[in-house]
Amino acid sequence: MKKLFFVLLLLISLTACHGQKETIAFAVPESFDENKTYELTFWAKNDTNKTQVDIYEKTIADFEELYPNIKINMRLYTDYGKIYNDVITNIQTGTTPNICITYPDHIATYLTGEDVVVPLEELVQDDDYGLGGELLKFDSVNEDEIIAAFLDECKINGTLYALPFMRSSEALYMNATYIESLGYEIPEVVSWDFIFEVCEKAMAKDADGNYLVNAQNILIPFIYKSTDNMMIQMLYQLDAPYAESNGNIEIFNDTTRELLLKLAEYVEKDLFSTFKISSYPANFLNAGQCLFAVDSTAGATWMGSDAPLIDISEDKLVEFETAVRPVPQFNEANIKMISQGPSLCIFNKEDPGEVLASWLFMQYLLTNDVQIAYAQTEGYVPVTLKAQESIEYQTYLEAEGEDDDLHYDIKIEASKLILENVDKTFVTPVFNGSASLRDAAGQLIENVTKSVRRKETVDEAYIDDLFADVSALYHLDQSGESTGLNRDLGPMPTESILLLTCLGLIWLLLIIISIKNSLNKAKDSR
Amino acid sequence: MKKLFVALMSLLMVLTVSACSSNQPEETPEVTETPEVTEPVEGEEPAELINPENVMTHEEYMAAEVDSLVTVEAYVQATQSWWDNTITVYAQDEDGAYFFYNLACSEEDAEKLVPGTKILVEGYKAEWSGEVEVMDGRFEFVDDGETYIAEAFDATELLGTEELESHQNEKVTFTGLTVAPSTDADGKEVAYLYNYDGSGSRESNSDLYFNVSYNGETYSFVIESYLCDNESDVYKTVEALNVGDVINCEGFLYWYEGVNPHITSVTVVE
Repeated sequence: MKKLFFVLLLLISLTACHGQKETIAFAVPESFDENKTYELTFWAKNDTNKTQVDIYEKTIADFEELYPNIKINMRLYTDYGKIYNDVITNIQTGTTPNICITYPDHIATYLTGEDVVVPLEELVQDDDYGLGGELLKFDSVNEDEIIAAFLDECKINGTLYALPFMRSSEALYMNATYIESLGYEIPEVVSWDFIFEVCEKAMAKDADGNYLVNAQNILIPFIYKSTDNMMIQMLYQLDAPYAESNGNIEIFNDTTRELLLKLAEYVEKDLFSTFKISSYPANFLNAGQCLFAVDSTAGATWMGSDAPLIDISEDKLVEFETAVRPVPQFNEANIKMISQGPSLCIFNKEDPGEVLASWLFMQYLLTNDVQIAYAQTEGYVPVTLKAQESIEYQTYLEAEGEDDDLHYDIKIEASKLILENVDKTFVTPVFNGSASLRDAAGQLIENVTKSVRRKETVDEAYIDDLFADVSALYHLDQSGESTGLNRDLGPMPTESILLLTCLGLIWLLLIIISIKNSLNKAKDSR
Repeated sequence: MKKLFVALMSLLMVLTVSACSSNQPEETPEVTETPEVTEPVEGEEPAELINPENVMTHEEYMAAEVDSLVTVEAYVQATQSWWDNTITVYAQDEDGAYFFYNLACSEEDAEKLVPGTKILVEGYKAEWSGEVEVMDGRFEFVDDGETYIAEAFDATELLGTEELESHQNEKVTFTGLTVAPSTDADGKEVAYLYNYDGSGSRESNSDLYFNVSYNGETYSFVIESYLCDNESDVYKTVEALNVGDVINCEGFLYWYEGVNPHITSVTVVE
């Protein structure tokens, strides 16, 4: 009875800590069961672009034909943030999708749940079902055919948690007609100084209060769509601190302060605004009310008088020549631009076969047909060399400007801008909290811009308060705490030290008792 | 020895239970990083009350410069869905209408923002793609027993006129409109689209866009899904529309690069 009591106590002790794990770590099954039906959910993001949706639908149909036992249900999103929030909600309820368009920043937060996101190394390397695997029913890519820089972006603390799906960056779209009319020639690489110099010159008005450059009474010379990217790129271009890979937040520094104070001067002169404050840069650019617009290369189809997608009425549209360049730089000889674009991750499930089925579909999204078709919808580039170097894609690039639809010149120029500058792109460190830090980076610019427009004083004291407010609002003092990755956990709690000591003593006692019993038995047998 | 063993085992159990039931924050995964609107917490100064003496008339509000601080009183006519401690409110009084974009609001208060409720709002006047609104605002309930539900203004004859913009954000009706075709990405003519180009879906609760024609001009109307979601009657009614149907509509006169009403009710009359 006593022995039973001890065994029970020991079992309770040893199992008590293991009740919180809900899903077991994924292990690649030896084979894929094609007789079992799998119904998978794919959360897909599109840029409010029906062609992209059609490509997803065709991809699913083609895949289901190859694997009739896998059914893919797609849920459409047009906003990365919405996917992020929905995934977080569904992690709590255990109803995550199988495959999901994502950003590594978001995965870092998903990883706060144990075994939620499937690490991909084993799957990638699997001889049968891995990249280029022997048993795949489609022409998969090999690992070395994925652009290494893009693949590296999908690693978190050295572990691969995603595959890149598409890559984009930001571009500077300009009304070349107006800029040249002001007496400027647009350089190959545009500096921040150049932009604000031209902007100041563009503010001249006639006696009726209309701007000379556009003969209208509205002009916002420079509009930036994504102010988080703006701040991040400025800091990187100046080699200023932003964040460390261990989650240490460094953005609240003197360079940031100087940049914000300088920006306040430009806002004061009405030279600059943002998407959140004024609206889409493309709408102002196409109406002749903006000279410099920075937006994603994946927004290129909206830029220019002949853009295939236009959101303003015909009577507001003006004719002008559009120029595309890399985002403004501080050092024209050392271009730095952000790498962005959707990646793919898969979520862990109880049935490893279901995860393998998800992996097969995820991998299928990297095949040439999908990569080339999707990249052509916007200023994206395929993430595989196999697609980039294909005759089909090269022919597409060469046909730049042949029409204002598939071969719209601004869109293809935007794609080429990435292809030619891949080595100049960068990504920010990924950790639990890095998504919030991105938001905070943009919030700094938004707040300064709003405050100046609202006639508030923006000075050193203002920036002090701003840093404190934004840090608190985005919980940046807590970031990285729950990721469990690369984190200094501090001293071990007293209870844990006692527990471990106790366990050690118990084992020691068990060994002593066991040895003692053996010795007694040996003695008795004599 | 056995006594020592039992004592150690008992201690082990106590420690195990205590270690595993610890409430240390790092044990609980932080699953959301969405910033929250700061609410007064213990030891923190509560937000200053909005000064009712600063309340502007609708005329004064319309005359105020963009980016200036404005204070207005109005009655809730409808709200979009509460999200992330903010709510977007369509409001009106007898003199005109307001669009309060993303007012700071707790979930508890959001439930009290029923049509007719009087609120005092302070925020910054803004203009976004032609839509005049109050942004970065906060509000207080005005508990004086007054309520007001606006009667919809018939704006049909103002379609295509400059005067229409002066009724921006008001509750309006349009009568005798004909459903005009929208063209989907495949070039097919349809009565409505999920998202402006058909890239959305019912399952994703996408906005519904449909065209209407009146006096030879075509206008884009929208079912804003945060106002009327895919379970609402109006959403389902629009999904059942056919090109050529004659309809009456009610909604709020929202603006996006031109008139773009947020429709809350559609009745097929022919």
